[in-house]
Amino acid sequence: MSEPKLPLWEVFIRSRNGLAHKHVGSLHAADAEMALQNARDVYTRRGEGLSIWVVPSSAIVASDPQEKDVLFEPTASKIYRHPTFYEVPEEVGHM
Amino acid sequence: MTTITVADIPLVQYALRLADNALVLGHRLSEWCGHAPMLEEDIALANIALDLIGQARMLYTYAGEVEGAGRDEDQLAYLRDAPQYRNVLLVEQPNGDFAVTIVRQFLYSAFMLPFWRRMKESKDETLAAIAAKAEKEVAYHLRHSAEWVVRLGDGTDESHRRAQEALDDLWIYTGELFETDDVERALIEAGIAVDPASLREEWSRTVDEVLNEATLTRPADGWMQTGGRSGRHSEHLGYILADLQFLQRAYPGATW
Repeated sequence: MSEPKLPLWEVFIRSRNGLAHKHVGSLHAADAEMALQNARDVYTRRGEGLSIWVVPSSAIVASDPQEKDVLFEPTASKIYRHPTFYEVPEEVGHM
Repeated sequence: MTTITVADIPLVQYALRLADNALVLGHRLSEWCGHAPMLEEDIALANIALDLIGQARMLYTYAGEVEGAGRDEDQLAYLRDAPQYRNVLLVEQPNGDFAVTIVRQFLYSAFMLPFWRRMKESKDETLAAIAAKAEKEVAYHLRHSAEWVVRLGDGTDESHRRAQEALDDLWIYTGELFETDDVERALIEAGIAVDPASLREEWSRTVDEVLNEATLTRPADGWMQTGGRSGRHSEHLGYILADLQFLQRAYPGATW
């Protein structure tokens, strides 16, 4: 199989009601409709999905790995931001 | 090569025709596995092949039950020789290039979707149940192949030319889809089988819509090739069966 000269798409699948779409991988497709079809065929063969999103990979703006320390290091010392001091009632379910 | 001969019971023969269509086309699509133009399409074609082989299994099992001679799906699939196969000629045509495979799938699926929809109303409960499952699968096969027909037809000069050639070459096999014979006529009157002639208008409309969007030209209805449903096949089926049946022929009764 040769490498297709088609745009790359990122695929997000929602597995069951109430949970958010999760990134599951990427694929090649000529346009949005074909990307949806390919996503169905490649990523939902074992009953994984209830909903699919496809997004052109070129539309994703990513942070620079080089800036990892600047962006994320300062939060390491602020444990009071974690809501670990509260008990969440079971009835709340997924937050 | 030895062959089994299945009882001449109309319902058995009818189920076999449907099963053979699904198995032979499913086998053809499986030949793409590992060879498709791109990975995504490789998986898509294998998915469709598995849907079709699943349909064939249900239909063979039912044909075996109705015949009552103790034959299961494997015996019906692996032990009949080409003249005992009852599939239409369209589904045994070689894969050709990707356009041929897609156009073949489109012409067949555009027929089978209204077919299974109608079959859901069959007085035969088993056929109606198989239809309910197959309808959803074929709806996707039609969507998948139609989207590709549009993109090939309305794509590059080369893809347009190849899609038009595929359509022109395969058109002579579409007439057979709408044929009926004595086996079917009694079953149609009994409310068990679907009258294929009643599907022609919807098939024609689907084909026109998609070809129009694809900027492809619908070939004129001329002389139509026929014979598969009564066991007169092209040479291609023999090669398919040699591939498909080799293991059971070489090692009769072998199991996993």
